[in-house]
Amino acid sequence: MRATAEPTSVQVGATLPELVVHADPTFVISTALATRDFQDVHHDRDKAVARGSKDIFVNILTDTGLVQRFVTDWSGPRAIVKSIALRLGVPLYAGDTLTLTGTVSAVDGDDIHIDVVGRDSLGDHITAKVVMALRGNND
Amino acid sequence: MPDTSTPEAIVAAAEKIIAAGECAPRLARDPVNQPMINNWVEAIGDTNPIYVDEAAARAAGHPGIVAPPAMAQVWTMFGLNGVRPADDPMGATTELLDEAGFTSVVGTNCEQIYHRYLVPGEQVSVTSRLESITGPKRTGLGDGWFVTFRTSWRVGDELVTEMLFRILKFAPGTAAAPAKPAGERVKPLVSWDTEFFWEGAKLGELRIQKLPDGTLRHPPIPALWKDKSEQTDYVVASGRGTVFSYVVHHAPKVPGRQLPFVVALVELEEGVRMLGELRGIDPAEVEIGLPVRVEFEKLDDEAVLPYWMVNK
Repeated sequence: MRATAEPTSVQVGATLPELVVHADPTFVISTALATRDFQDVHHDRDKAVARGSKDIFVNILTDTGLVQRFVTDWSGPRAIVKSIALRLGVPLYAGDTLTLTGTVSAVDGDDIHIDVVGRDSLGDHITAKVVMALRGNND
Repeated sequence: MPDTSTPEAIVAAAEKIIAAGECAPRLARDPVNQPMINNWVEAIGDTNPIYVDEAAARAAGHPGIVAPPAMAQVWTMFGLNGVRPADDPMGATTELLDEAGFTSVVGTNCEQIYHRYLVPGEQVSVTSRLESITGPKRTGLGDGWFVTFRTSWRVGDELVTEMLFRILKFAPGTAAAPAKPAGERVKPLVSWDTEFFWEGAKLGELRIQKLPDGTLRHPPIPALWKDKSEQTDYVVASGRGTVFSYVVHHAPKVPGRQLPFVVALVELEEGVRMLGELRGIDPAEVEIGLPVRVEFEKLDDEAVLPYWMVNK
């Protein structure tokens, strides 16, 4: 395997800058609505508790968005995100803090593979694999 | 109505949903548009300029502003009052498993493949089909079925995004009881100097050593310069105190104990501090200053251990 990505040289094992997101109720609700997800467990605490949750919690579409933001925060605007595979773990409840960490796990031609983990106080909320490419100057 | 409660019947019914294939294409309510992108990047905190700035998008090699790829699903969400069409395989599968008692749902995997970025003005349509169903499986949440749906978004006939979404539909309350802890509880080692303490525990008394000058000590100390025939003086504590410090033990495994457990250093009303397991509270909720009281657990006829309970 070799790194052909331009303009940045990307090495296997490189770590991405950590992203810390405090999921206060405003975050949980505004991201749910911005993803057009009106399920009550994402904005109505009483209903979320009645369904057995501790509080309202972040929806999956937001998790995908956060992983996308996390990798492109690092790579810059020339990145093309090709795929995001999420494994969902413990919930991210309102009031908790999510810390995203990532490592370049492989570089295969133009494809950069990144392993991402998002942890909150309950454990691993997100385990994700991202494939992206960086547009060269010729594209 | 056919009996759908057996695994064979569930599989047979699911096979029909799989065979029915994709539902009819459903058009997004709105074309890809800047206001929805603006809301999304603001809420997510995504500052990538290619979604909002024409010049930056061109500089990055795009024909103009593009939509965040992770918004793929957003364009075709049902919204507040949307109704799932009758031929939607997720509706049919949910109904099938609900009827069989697998009424709870949790998402487990979501994989999205972005064939290209969307641009404002494009209006996607969505189709989905049931890809697979496996079960019944015994999971930590309960007995359930893993169900995978494949969703495709197209602009005209062009496939732009694909998603595999796997959920676990499970029967609440069927989770296996937690495994018994391996091994036997470790019993206290009783010495000449601590015998009075353990004898007290058997009687439900929390005893604190009293030195000749009247001060209290814990753990008990041996150097009291008393004749061996004389017993250690002690007072019986009220058993009430507050958490002075604590640790949540997650690993390694401890014989006879379920992980995680909390070990608290409790400051007793009498002024001494004493270690013990803290029970009756989620480890995440423990705080310094939490009021606790002593309780006793009988391991066998020889060993009784004090522990702390949250004093509500």
